[in-house]
Amino acid sequence: MKALRNFFEKTKPHVQKGAKYHWLHSTHDAFFTLAFVQKDTSKSGTHVHDYIDLKRTMGMVVLALVPALLMGMYNIGYQHFGALGQLDTAGFFDLFLFGLLKVLPVIIVSYVVGLGIEFLFAQLRGHEVNEGFLVSGILIPMVMPINTPLWMIGVATAFAVIFGKEVFGGTGMNIWNPALIARAFLFFAYPAQMSGDSVWISASGIESMADGFTGATPMAQAVLGETNLDAWHAFIGLIPGSIGETSTLAILIGAAILIITGIGNWKIMLSTVLGGVFMGILLNIFAVNAYMEMPFWEHLIIGGFAFGAVFMATDPVSAAQTEKGKWIYGFLIGVLAILIRVVNPAYPEGMMLAILLMNTFAPLIDHYIIQGNIKRRLKRVQQSA
Amino acid sequence: MSKHFKLKRGLNIRLKGAAEAVLEDAPAPKSVAIKPTDFPGLTPKLSVKADAQVKVGDALFFDKYNPEILFTSPVSGTVKAVNRGERRKILEIVVEPNGTNEQAEFTKADPSSLSREEIRDQLLKSGLWPFFKQRPYGVLAKPTDVPTNIVISAFDSAPLAPDYDFLFSKEQSALQTGIDAISKLTDGKVYLGVAPNQSSGVFAALKKVETNTFDGPHPAGNAGVQISKVCPIGKGTVVWTINPQALVYIGRLFQTGKLDMSKTIALTGSEVKAPKYYKTVHGAKLDSLTKGKTTEATKERIISGNVLTGTKVDTDNYLGYFDQQLTVIPEGDDYEFMGWAAPGVDKYSASKAFFSKLFPKKEYVLNANMHGGERAFVLSGQYEKFLPMDILPVHLLKAILVNDIDKMEQLGIYEIVEEDLALCEYACTSKIKVQDILRQGINSMIKELG
Repeated sequence: MKALRNFFEKTKPHVQKGAKYHWLHSTHDAFFTLAFVQKDTSKSGTHVHDYIDLKRTMGMVVLALVPALLMGMYNIGYQHFGALGQLDTAGFFDLFLFGLLKVLPVIIVSYVVGLGIEFLFAQLRGHEVNEGFLVSGILIPMVMPINTPLWMIGVATAFAVIFGKEVFGGTGMNIWNPALIARAFLFFAYPAQMSGDSVWISASGIESMADGFTGATPMAQAVLGETNLDAWHAFIGLIPGSIGETSTLAILIGAAILIITGIGNWKIMLSTVLGGVFMGILLNIFAVNAYMEMPFWEHLIIGGFAFGAVFMATDPVSAAQTEKGKWIYGFLIGVLAILIRVVNPAYPEGMMLAILLMNTFAPLIDHYIIQGNIKRRLKRVQQSA
Repeated sequence: MSKHFKLKRGLNIRLKGAAEAVLEDAPAPKSVAIKPTDFPGLTPKLSVKADAQVKVGDALFFDKYNPEILFTSPVSGTVKAVNRGERRKILEIVVEPNGTNEQAEFTKADPSSLSREEIRDQLLKSGLWPFFKQRPYGVLAKPTDVPTNIVISAFDSAPLAPDYDFLFSKEQSALQTGIDAISKLTDGKVYLGVAPNQSSGVFAALKKVETNTFDGPHPAGNAGVQISKVCPIGKGTVVWTINPQALVYIGRLFQTGKLDMSKTIALTGSEVKAPKYYKTVHGAKLDSLTKGKTTEATKERIISGNVLTGTKVDTDNYLGYFDQQLTVIPEGDDYEFMGWAAPGVDKYSASKAFFSKLFPKKEYVLNANMHGGERAFVLSGQYEKFLPMDILPVHLLKAILVNDIDKMEQLGIYEIVEEDLALCEYACTSKIKVQDILRQGINSMIKELG
């Protein structure tokens, strides 16, 4: 490790301002700080600082995403061989390896494009590279259908990082969740390639699908009134869907990691689920078609609901920032997601739009909570005077 | 009338090196100094030149904008130096003691028989006035003001803080005389905040105060937190705070007619061989306290005060005006390979993201390393956990950063000073300099509204 440190220390002067390789400064700094916690000590204010930093925080989120990602890889193989009707002959590793090889390029494209832009902006602004994209870069592949062309992943990532984040000033300043911006961009810019039944299953070149195999997601089927969901398959994640969103079980493991470490906000997760359940029950009561009659709890295990509630709604920057605001914010996400899903047949997945919509309204929610705080404190001072 | 406040929010950082309840005499310091830098916003004007002879209680300098506020010498001797920093800013006025303790004369009287003006003038003249801090802003109290209330915290909840019942165990009569004196300065009440374990002891027996109990982790012992519970302040209200050490000085002054600024401090921290209490004098040079008492196992950081709000000092520097403790911790200026990814069994954290969470009783060595780079505000809800007040710290800080005076006022800048947000700065994932930002906001408030 000493050699590595010497390398970084020796090259440091060459990337300082005025030196020949100054344009690499942010890149050098990003890798140096990733490899070594720096020796800087407190110069003003408190003398001790907590060991936690943004790298640790974002690292924990990535760790929490791993179960859902691995399960997603397996599921891609499962769907592929299922479409071929070869599930009996293909083994566990065939399935997983197939998915791994399909997903890896998507992840690489997302990270290379996104981090490239991040490094560039950090250099232009004279900032350190922010760790936010470590998470966004893995979230983006996980919300994409597996058959999304790689160039579209690249374009969407660039759009999300530049227009979803950097124009506002970088991580911490953005209004919307960058990963969902990428997803929404593709959905609205390339609707033909991003919908239908064929994008969810990696089965290109397959001439004849197994009998009865459609490739439709449970939600697409539900819109058509086919609500005979295999709940167990949906829960463990063996259904068509975006790469990382299918396995509610794996997402719950991730949620547990986030809640135990205190990194993800349990209030938002819980209130989103409560909102979804509330709306689901409401729709059940006033049901006039098969989709509205679908049991409310099934909404929680299909589509992107669980993934959105655990990993997307909880993004601390774009969520409500006040503690009371978080309850309102989460609850409305749950309500809107199910409402959009069931009532708007043009787009079966409501989670993405619900979260983006509530991202937009989060500052408004906070505003009223803050005004409440101001009024309450003013009253208290008047009483004591 | 006594109330019990249960405070949930806050944190006791489990540092190694608390002082054992043993009192020793420290060697007499070779020099003492008063540091104008201990008073935010003060513009000092010198009353003496180098080589002047001073007695105990003779003025060394005064406040340019309130010339009646004097800062006096705690010892008799020779003014050895006036040390200046950048742009000739006065850093410290150093006095070399001659050991005779010659005294300037002050009135010896029972404060109950004196008028408000007589007490005020005696405190101004003797140099004990600067111990009054005014809320809002935590700056020097104005002699022309009459505060609505005076608040005294009888315990220090900061990391490794000294036990006040031990510090002042023999000072009960001085404390009472001090309270008798300051109670004349307000038309309201003198509030005393005690910890639950102080139901007996020197503070429990004090009269002419309204005693309230504050039960909870740090910052329960901060005067600001106690004010917010017993007599919240808003625009236009002024409350003063003073610490028990100053009450002892004031009590001795009225009881004897002499200024006696000898005090007891705690030498604490993981790098101290045997943390305990030492008897010394106000503004003592630090080598008299630390020499030979630290392990010297690693590069050390000496802090006058506690790890959250103290000042970084060298051994040839001096004890801070308000400080009752010295803390010595490792500097920690080393690289750590992939430190952010380590399991962190030995890494104490306010968060739950390290395995050290599994050992809730263990005491830890913390160094002065930043453990990460500065970032924008990313996480939310983190600061609120450490401030037991109805204030939204992040929104207040953001108002300060955009210099929005109205918002700062509405969001509670009158109620807090740096020490109240120090824990937020400690725990901040984004390593934001919370205390610096808050002082910047307070300075703009003073500039805009006076």
